[in-house]
Amino acid sequence: MKKKKVTRFSSPLYFFNFLCLVCLFGAPAAGAQIQAPSVYAITHAKIFTLAGSPIADGTLVIRDGKIAAVGAAVEVPAGAQIIDAKGLEVYPGLFDAVTQMGLSEIGAVGATVDATEAGSYNPDVVAASAISPSSEHLAVTRASGITEVLAVPASGGFDFGGSRGTLGGQASAIHLAGWTVEEMLIKKSAALVLNWPQIQTQTFDFSTFSRKEKPYSEAKQEYDKQVNELTDWIDRARHYAQAMDKGSVSKYDRDLKLEALASVVRGQLPVLVFANRARDIRSAIEFCDKQKLKMILAGGAEAYKVKDLLRSKDIPVILRPVLSSPPDEDDPYDRELTEPAELAAAGVKFAIASFDNSFARRLGQNAANAVAHGLSYDEALRAVTIHPAQIFGLGSQIGTLEQGKIANILVTNGDPLELTTEVKYLFIKGQLTSTENRHHQLYKKYAERPKAPN
Amino acid sequence: MRILFPVHAGRARIAFVLLLLLSAFCLAPSGDAATPPDAPAVILIQNATVMTVAHGTIEHGSILIKDGKIAEVGQTIKAPAGAQVIEASGQFVIPGIIDCHSHIAAEAINEGSVSVSSMVNMEEVLDPEDINIYRDLAGGVTSANILHGSANSIGGQTLVIKLRWGQPAAKLAFEGALPGIKFALGENPKRSNFSVPGQPRRYPATRMGVEETIRAAFSEARDYKKTWDDYRKRVAAGEKNLIAPRRDLKLEPLVEVLEGKRYVHSHCYREDEILMLLRLAKEFGFKVRTLQHVLEGYKVADELAAAGVGASTFSDWWAYKVEAYDAIPYNAALMTRRGVIVSINSDDAEEATHLNQEAAKSMKYGGLSHDEALKLVTLNPAMQLGIDKRVGSIEVGKDADLAIYNHDPLSAYAVVQKTLIDGRVYFDREKDLANRAEIEKEKKTLTDKLKKSEKKPEQKPEEKKPEQGPKPPAASPRPTAQAGARLGGAL
Repeated sequence: MKKKKVTRFSSPLYFFNFLCLVCLFGAPAAGAQIQAPSVYAITHAKIFTLAGSPIADGTLVIRDGKIAAVGAAVEVPAGAQIIDAKGLEVYPGLFDAVTQMGLSEIGAVGATVDATEAGSYNPDVVAASAISPSSEHLAVTRASGITEVLAVPASGGFDFGGSRGTLGGQASAIHLAGWTVEEMLIKKSAALVLNWPQIQTQTFDFSTFSRKEKPYSEAKQEYDKQVNELTDWIDRARHYAQAMDKGSVSKYDRDLKLEALASVVRGQLPVLVFANRARDIRSAIEFCDKQKLKMILAGGAEAYKVKDLLRSKDIPVILRPVLSSPPDEDDPYDRELTEPAELAAAGVKFAIASFDNSFARRLGQNAANAVAHGLSYDEALRAVTIHPAQIFGLGSQIGTLEQGKIANILVTNGDPLELTTEVKYLFIKGQLTSTENRHHQLYKKYAERPKAPN
Repeated sequence: MRILFPVHAGRARIAFVLLLLLSAFCLAPSGDAATPPDAPAVILIQNATVMTVAHGTIEHGSILIKDGKIAEVGQTIKAPAGAQVIEASGQFVIPGIIDCHSHIAAEAINEGSVSVSSMVNMEEVLDPEDINIYRDLAGGVTSANILHGSANSIGGQTLVIKLRWGQPAAKLAFEGALPGIKFALGENPKRSNFSVPGQPRRYPATRMGVEETIRAAFSEARDYKKTWDDYRKRVAAGEKNLIAPRRDLKLEPLVEVLEGKRYVHSHCYREDEILMLLRLAKEFGFKVRTLQHVLEGYKVADELAAAGVGASTFSDWWAYKVEAYDAIPYNAALMTRRGVIVSINSDDAEEATHLNQEAAKSMKYGGLSHDEALKLVTLNPAMQLGIDKRVGSIEVGKDADLAIYNHDPLSAYAVVQKTLIDGRVYFDREKDLANRAEIEKEKKTLTDKLKKSEKKPEQKPEEKKPEQGPKPPAASPRPTAQAGARLGGAL
């Protein structure tokens, strides 16, 4: 283990310190960013660039939203706002690669959830269309050092009525700050969600509110039917894409769903395939291979069983939280916890994600637990920064602290994966961003409640 | 999963006999699940950082265990002749973790038909073979409060267990611990988040109705108690040929509540319903022992402290339903600062495996000290369950219920090495790892045997894999939280 720093006493005062700093620049809009200055220099910090060895006493310069320079011998430009980070550590902001951020506010209240569209085939719906920039989840999540996420339709939330459909829509990569979704967007369409069909012999029937058992043969038939349907969609999309290439689509009615699938069959847009069981993962790989689709696996509870196949096909994995129950009763108790270490040893590229909104702030905790069970600390840090960035084709823009990259930066008093570490400063798109949020506001309000009369 | 239908029930039953067989082999910490570990009469744990919780931390400390009890704690204890020595240099010992809200080891969780189901009893549906007992042991948990779900205003009779993996159901109960009863307020008993298709709304469907449901039940219980008190008085006075009142199994546990013989553990979220229950308890003259979840407890912390009620909450869960939208991770710290005895619970078998980490979060959120944070999952829940004379801290005379970690337990990097209950090592990571190859081999032997013995009629060969059919579908990331919130579970 590289690090095991435990901060025993945290200071709630840091928020007030932060607010004082904020006052220097002007009042922040609720949970949002402070305009100007556009040049910052973070000095005397221990900088973990994730693109080379850590810099023990370094300077990082931010200009116009980008990292202008980082190193031990970097000069502070004239006019830069200086943040003396002596004793502090600097990291790339964390990236949570599967969330329903902005799409789901209160899980049980359907009216606040836009995570899953009705029907089985919705390749044309895009997360960015429904992301609410003022969702409380954004501010709460970034306060724990997460600066960007993938908002993924049909990946959770409570509006799926028992089914998430097969083609769930397009996931959008967003910064966790911005007045509008346009300001938040990193990539509007980063992947298409494919919930791989499952052979389900046990289901819960909501119409009779009882459990249903099904013979295997029947369940298999339903599964085959779904895979055939999916194959049919992909076939039609391929024909449609050919028609588009030849400019002959105009002769027919425009088909929004097939149009959306065109970039998938051309191999431009990856499919984010949700599957947990080894059998399902194998089937999905075979399917994507045959259809020449660019596959990213999501979930992967049993990815360890197919690690060599994943490696040989170069398929990256977005792992569900390691703090999950093992899939089977007779699995070792730490089955999920050791999986990242196994995948790393097999050379499979993976990210760790929360698959949630409320638990997004457990991202670092999950990565640390993987370290406790054999993953190297560096790999764990990469699994929540540069790896998800690379997996979604954003590796040249974010994920490490390198000149020219978007300045999504975390300044902490220690290991960003540890439970007790505090985020001291947060930069998103090069702007100093408030960590104030609903939870801290309620904390302050009720900490100040006068003693109740007895 | 704590939902309205007993998902746990029959989980193992529907599986192949083979799977049951496999489980029996695979679940065992060492060898056979039916055999509890040996208990040497004398054990010395030495050279550890001993976090006593009650009396600070001892560096290079030792704990002497005799006949399952802590006999001595200190820096220089010599191993008595014949003692088993556990060398723990570089390791950290804490009191075994106590989970004040658990649904493990239970065949059924909710009796969803009526809103006062006080007649049902957890003790009757204990499942000593639930693998979650072992998994939670591996997370350092030694005792747990096993509760019904939150489908009903008054749910059912609860009990505290020790996680004595390998022992029969009768030996799981924490001897002498007062039994409890589960209450539930708010969205779940009023069924806000789901409905049973084809059925009309069930009463109660509002928080007003929940209060009336509990009030009506205790009015009945008070009358019932009076009938019995009168009867007993007349018997004591020597009256002959009296006919005893008819027993009412629903009201008996409520009478025990009125008599202070049974603890009330109430699921609640919002500040208003919390105060409602405290008023109602006052009206009938009983005490609420703990408020469970109590996510808005921080808003009425002074009132909780004044009522002397314990608060058992989550670390950082929020927004899964409206009544959890004001939930904040500072809850435990804010209530602690106002004098409430607070614990952090799991409500979930997986969450229970890292309660030490969940407690650590209250140092960041609200600035609790290391000791205060550790108390949230040790001494405080022990006090809430009335078992603090036996467990919850490392003190001479207490049960040797201990968890040994390889790092400071309030870190995400800490891994449990051993868990002891009554001085027996019920979980040993080293042994668990060493046994895995053997277990795999046995599993393969059994699987091969099954494959061989199976006839092959109309099915395709690929359908023969034992993993197919009996297995439940792959779990979603947080199946319990999601399904629970959706279906009115114990959340």
